[in-house]
Order: sequence, then C-alpha cells, then structure tokens
Amino acid sequence: MPDLGLDVLFKGKNMIRLLGGLWVAVKISLISVAISIPLGILLGIIMTSKNPIIKAVTRVYLEFIRIMPQLVLLFIVFFGTTSALGVNISGELASVIVFTAWGTAEMGDLVRGALISIPKHQYESAAALTLTPSQTYLYVIIPQTVRRLIPLSINLITRMIKTTSLILMIGVVEVLKVAQQIIEANRMSSPNAAFGVYLTVLLMYFIICWPISMLAKRLEKKWG
Amino acid sequence: MAEELLKIEHLTKRFDDNTVLDDISFTVHKGEVIVVVGPSGCGKSTMLRCINALEPIQGGKITINGDEIVYGSKNLSSLRQRIGMVFQSYDLFPHLNVLDNILLAPTKAQKRKKDEVTKEAMELLKRVGLEDKAKSYPRQLSGGQKQRVAIVRALCMHPEMMLFDEVTAALDPEMVREVLDVMLGLAKRGMTMIIVTHEMQFAKAIADRVLFLENGKIIEDADPDTFFENPKTERAKQFLNIFSFERSKENEEI
Repeated sequence: MPDLGLDVLFKGKNMIRLLGGLWVAVKISLISVAISIPLGILLGIIMTSKNPIIKAVTRVYLEFIRIMPQLVLLFIVFFGTTSALGVNISGELASVIVFTAWGTAEMGDLVRGALISIPKHQYESAAALTLTPSQTYLYVIIPQTVRRLIPLSINLITRMIKTTSLILMIGVVEVLKVAQQIIEANRMSSPNAAFGVYLTVLLMYFIICWPISMLAKRLEKKWG
Repeated sequence: MAEELLKIEHLTKRFDDNTVLDDISFTVHKGEVIVVVGPSGCGKSTMLRCINALEPIQGGKITINGDEIVYGSKNLSSLRQRIGMVFQSYDLFPHLNVLDNILLAPTKAQKRKKDEVTKEAMELLKRVGLEDKAKSYPRQLSGGQKQRVAIVRALCMHPEMMLFDEVTAALDPEMVREVLDVMLGLAKRGMTMIIVTHEMQFAKAIADRVLFLENGKIIEDADPDTFFENPKTERAKQFLNIFSFERSKENEEI
C-alpha cells in the first residue's frame, strides 16, 4: 500500500480546517443561489416578452455570461473593481457577485424554457373556464412551472458548488486552498500527502453534491 | 319553438388574408343539439373558438341571451360562464387531481363554497362512472376518462350551453363510445349543445340539426334525416360518400 499521507489529515486541526473551507464554498454557493432564484424568475418572465429590444438585451446578457469563463469574470470583478472604480471588495463578495450574475442568467433561461413549454391550450382551457389571467397564472401556470423548475435549479446548486473551486484564484480560502496549504506545510514530513488530501477534497465535494443531485432526480420523477 | 339562446349574425373571421369563416349566420334554440360537420380545415373548430371568444373576429355579431360576446371585453368571463367548452386535447391541469381540476374554476372564478361544489362534482363524476377516480391525477387516466372529466369540469360551472370541439378525435376507438354516451346523456337531459365531430353515426343519432361547413361557409343546414339521406348539395353528397366508401368496397368483394 503506497503512503498516501493520510496521517496529515489528522494532524492538529487539519480536518476541521478542511471542513471550514468546504463550508466557505457551500456558503458562497447557497447565498448566490438564494439571490439568483428570484432574480432569475424575474429575468425569465422578462425574456418571454415580445419586445425585440428587451429580447436582444437579455439574450446578449445570457450569451455573454455563458461564453465567458467564470475565472475571467471573477478576475474582472475582483481586480477590475479595484483598478477601475477604486473600490476594494473582498474575494468572497466578488465571488458572490459573479456567481449571482451567472446563476441569474442560467435560472432565467430555465424559467423562460419552463414558461414557454406550458402548452397554449392550458391557457385556453383556463380562459374557457372563466378564470381571469391572474387566476390562470396563480393556479394553473405557475404551479406547473415551479414543478418543472425545482429539479433544474437544484442541479444549478451542485454546479455552483463545483465551480467554487475557482475562487481560490482570487484569494478566497475555500476547501481546495486549505488543502494546498496543508500539503505545503507538511511537504517535509509527508511528501506524498498531495494525493490523499486531494482525494479527501474530492470525497467532500461528492458527499455534498451527490445527495443534492439525488434529490433533484427524485423530484423530477415525482413531478415529471 | 323554444326561445333563442345563441345567435350568430354574419360572423367573419380572417387570419391575415385568409378568410376562415365567411358570413356565418345561425341561431341556436334552448335544448337544441347542433352538429357541425365538414372537411378538415373548413373552419368548424375556429367557429367554436370564436363563439367562446378565444379568437378575435373581424366582422359580425355573436350574442347569448341578447348579450354580445366581444373578444377581450371586460364582462367576458361572466358571459363565458354561460358556455362550457371541451377541447380535443382534454387539457386537464396536470398538477391537480381530478376533483381539484373540477373545483378550481367554480371555487375561484365563481366563488362558490367548496363543500357544495364538491358534492355536485362527485354526483357528476358518478354520472360518468368515474367517482372512484376523484383523487387520481390526469396522467393516471386513459384518454376517454380524461375527456369525461373535462366534460364534468365544464358542467360544474352550470353552463347554459356546451361546445364540443372534436372531443373524440384524439381517442382510441374503444374509448370513443364512453365519451359519446356521456354526450348522449346530456342531450337527453335537454342540454343545448354545438358539437363538432367526424363521427357520422353519432351525429345522426344525437343531432336535431346538422350544419355542413365548407371553406368557411354553411352550405347545408338541415335536420339529420334530410342531411344524411338526401343532401341537397353535390358537395355534401361527396363528403358523405367518403364515410361509406369502406363499406361499399367490402360489398364489392362479396
């Protein structure tokens, strides 16, 4: 059995530090998702508008966010705000801003898709049953949209958690950064620790993301 | 003759330059069952949709009990309450169970008491043989069952007349009967109905009057015996021949 240097994990407070780093990653994702969902719903409704200018503006926003690598967006927000605006924001705030912008775009597209996937005859039969347009949305359209959306937005959370591994590049000490620090600090005593520690980090991401992903799958089946 | 319920005068409907309904006029009396037949694309379904103001019209006038039905007008929903409509695609709300599908409009749009409507809904479900399906979801029902629920849902609004838009067209043959039986039952109870259908045998059995539509015009307006046995126009004869084609072919083989 090769030495994976797993003993490093049990030295001092290393395990607690790793878990603390994981919490930073999860916290940033959760805050971003919590802001993204209402903004995304709003964006999605706006995107179904027939106005060509509104359509074009939202389309450009969506494509821009999707095409740009998240890392570049993180750099633009973190370093750009300092050099262009002279404002010094923390890495965590920059991360939340970028992840929210990204989440809003993705969520908006999901909401738009869910809204236009409701067949026209659902609106018509509601009208024939004399429901007013607001009653139609409240009791017929929105409940169906939400059922389609919840599994998709849960998947968005797992994608965000995974992508937080980039934020160490703007100095946020999250789980991967902590792992690097632990490996560096023990380079002399356990030169082979890298594999074991990174494997632990991988397991941590898995333990967080897998149940979320299973939940999404179950809800999809239940409401599908 | 019974009192006039629905009056359609010079109804014209165009999609861009394409005239779908061309100067249609007829009157529906209380308790009358009118069956509308005609080739696909002749405007039958569009006519029903115009009557229920799901489509704007370009000319003419539609009145129910003397009140004009205008697309997009403010009092539209109170006028629509007098007209129940059932579509080809069942269109039950998939996220609600059968009972909630039926209760939604009476309790929300008509603001009636839930327990009173529930009682009525259960009686109606029993009448169409679906009282044990009240808690089922639409996806658990067959096409014929869904369509019967859709009929009950429309009936629970206490409409003065019902519009049926090819309600059996999407059903498997063995489910057609159960839906048509429900409609025959309604006719017996004196419900005023306009039925668009391709089921000629059924049309013959249920109709008080048959309208034959082609290219957006009413070509024949006759009682079913006259229409099916002695159609006046060549076009109607041709149309009816399509339905007797298979039988005459069988006879040839014998």
